Amino acid sequence: MCDSCGCGDTNLVPLEVQQRILSDNERTATHNRHHFVERALLAINVMGSPGAGKTAVLEATAKALAGCRLIGALAGDLATDHDATRLTAAGIRASSITTGSACHLDAAMVHHALHHLPWADLDYLFIENVGNLVCPAVYDLGQAANVVVLAVTEGEDKPLKYPVMFHKADLVLISKTDLLPHLPDISVERIVDSLRRVMPNPAYFAVSARTGEGIGSWVNWLHEREAQIAPAHYAEAGGRLHV
Amino acid sequence: MHEYSIVQALYDTVVAQAAANRAVSVHGLRVRIGELSGVDPGLLDTAWRTFRERTLCAAAPLEVEMVSARWRCSQCGGEIARGGILTCGSCGGAARLEQGDEILLDRIVMEVP
Repeated sequence: MCDSCGCGDTNLVPLEVQQRILSDNERTATHNRHHFVERALLAINVMGSPGAGKTAVLEATAKALAGCRLIGALAGDLATDHDATRLTAAGIRASSITTGSACHLDAAMVHHALHHLPWADLDYLFIENVGNLVCPAVYDLGQAANVVVLAVTEGEDKPLKYPVMFHKADLVLISKTDLLPHLPDISVERIVDSLRRVMPNPAYFAVSARTGEGIGSWVNWLHEREAQIAPAHYAEAGGRLHV
Repeated sequence: MHEYSIVQALYDTVVAQAAANRAVSVHGLRVRIGELSGVDPGLLDTAWRTFRERTLCAAAPLEVEMVSARWRCSQCGGEIARGGILTCGSCGGAARLEQGDEILLDRIVMEVP
């Protein structure tokens, strides 16, 4: 009530809040992350444009890891389950997250999907995000690492045009390198120069799902990450894996 | 366009704060959005104008304060220019983002009885 004259008018009160708007998503992501770490499961958020080759890279990864690691995938897709079907055919235990009109996955969608995919015995879980270079970068899912697939056909300046996505990447897979002989104006060195302007610790491999080039380096990177997510290491890091 | 889902989260936060303070309506909001947050301020405002209709925030404009990206060397603390190579020219350390990725609700102006 107005405290100067007792007229009954209401007061306008400013309240300093300083609250992260996506804190609910962050809480759910932390919950997912604890589940993954408890089971020593390496969860990777795979992002990139539509057609960058995310599914093809995962198919090649499954081939390289056959008989060595048990891998699963959640495939985010606007309208179909084509990616999950392809991943299943490649030997991956896969399930779709059909997002309808949503342009990205969030932590609650992943949490819900985990109720429908037996995941506790997996070694690696790939969360294939919706094809999009903008929105998926904003949402933590509980992953141990972000990997962005960038095809050589997308142009050398994509990292500069979409800095948020590449700034959040722990690793970039420069894909479809088998096409380079047909792309005389594209240079991997210039793509890497763009990455160095948006990634403080640029890490990348040039890969081809078709020829297998670079897939060994990518698989070794996964093995190194796997060693870092053991529960004891997680506790030492103060319960934080992804900052 | 993920700005609608950010506005949904913003609205939920504001309504919870309004209820906790027994507010009858909300008269204004201020948010801080980093240049590298992935959020477009224009789209956020458009989403907010649509979303706030017929709610207790109907009369609340959204003030957006943009925060530019600022990089510093993680080793020596020297400033590293935006747009350049994100490695320190002096000591070779990797850059660390000091500000510019925030998506924050800063302030609510509410009407209380």
